[in-house]
Amino acid sequence: MVALVIAMVFLRNLLSVVVLSGIYSFLMATVLVALDAVDVAMTEAAVGAGVSTVLLLGALHLCRTDEARPAHKPWLPLAVSVSTAALLIYGAMGLPEFSDTQSAIHHHVVPRYLQNEVDVPNVVTAVLASFRGYDTLGETTVVFTAGAGIIALLRRRQRNGTGDARGQ
Amino acid sequence: MQEPFGHFAYLVTVVLMVAGLFIVIARGNLIKKLIGLSIFQTSVYLLYIVPGKLIGGTAPILSPQYSVYSNPLPHVLILTAIVVGVATLALGLALAVRIREDYGSIEEDEITALDNQAAKHEETRA
Repeated sequence: MVALVIAMVFLRNLLSVVVLSGIYSFLMATVLVALDAVDVAMTEAAVGAGVSTVLLLGALHLCRTDEARPAHKPWLPLAVSVSTAALLIYGAMGLPEFSDTQSAIHHHVVPRYLQNEVDVPNVVTAVLASFRGYDTLGETTVVFTAGAGIIALLRRRQRNGTGDARGQ
Repeated sequence: MQEPFGHFAYLVTVVLMVAGLFIVIARGNLIKKLIGLSIFQTSVYLLYIVPGKLIGGTAPILSPQYSVYSNPLPHVLILTAIVVGVATLALGLALAVRIREDYGSIEEDEITALDNQAAKHEETRA
């Protein structure tokens, strides 16, 4: 997965980058299955590998598919990235170890979620729709706003009669 | 004494995150930048999901045969994040398409050059 991402950094043909990002999403979904996050994996495979790839391909269809050669050497971004990485690794060393049952996240509200209060065996669904219903409402608001923004952006184009519409 | 691979997953997460960050900062192409942003996002999914996993546990679907489950709360948060992520990606791509129509390019350098040219043109006319 890391090798794939590094290839994506250096490839200049955008089409192959998009295809690689689809593969990357599927790999990520597999990793998520291994981490027992089946709902997330399903969403990632459908949305990350499916919808995102289609959207990117649609945008590429309307734009040029080759990236220009960078005008200057990327030393400054490289320095920023490497120092960020060093900081993040330093921070990550303070996190609880993998699969530590004593860590804080397993002891706050989660035991209550796992008591099956709402009579839905899939806990993720129960939390999403019941305990954290307002979050989901906020999420749908964001998606609605994004959809409205896209329509507002692309409507003028259609009136000019150029090209095909990329629906949301 | 901590085991050697106790933090391996976090290292992978950090590498992915920094690769995404590097693409966003260093590449001038707007679509490439958006792809970098989505790599960054997926690394955050990993960062959230990894601490929720318990070795020997199963997916959080209640069943009398199991008693150890992975933590469902990060799954819910990331489910929301994935959907929001694709919404922002779509909005960003729509913006890129509009920019491409007005400027004929989605390279940051070329767009800046065109902007500078237009500003000079204005000055000479005024």
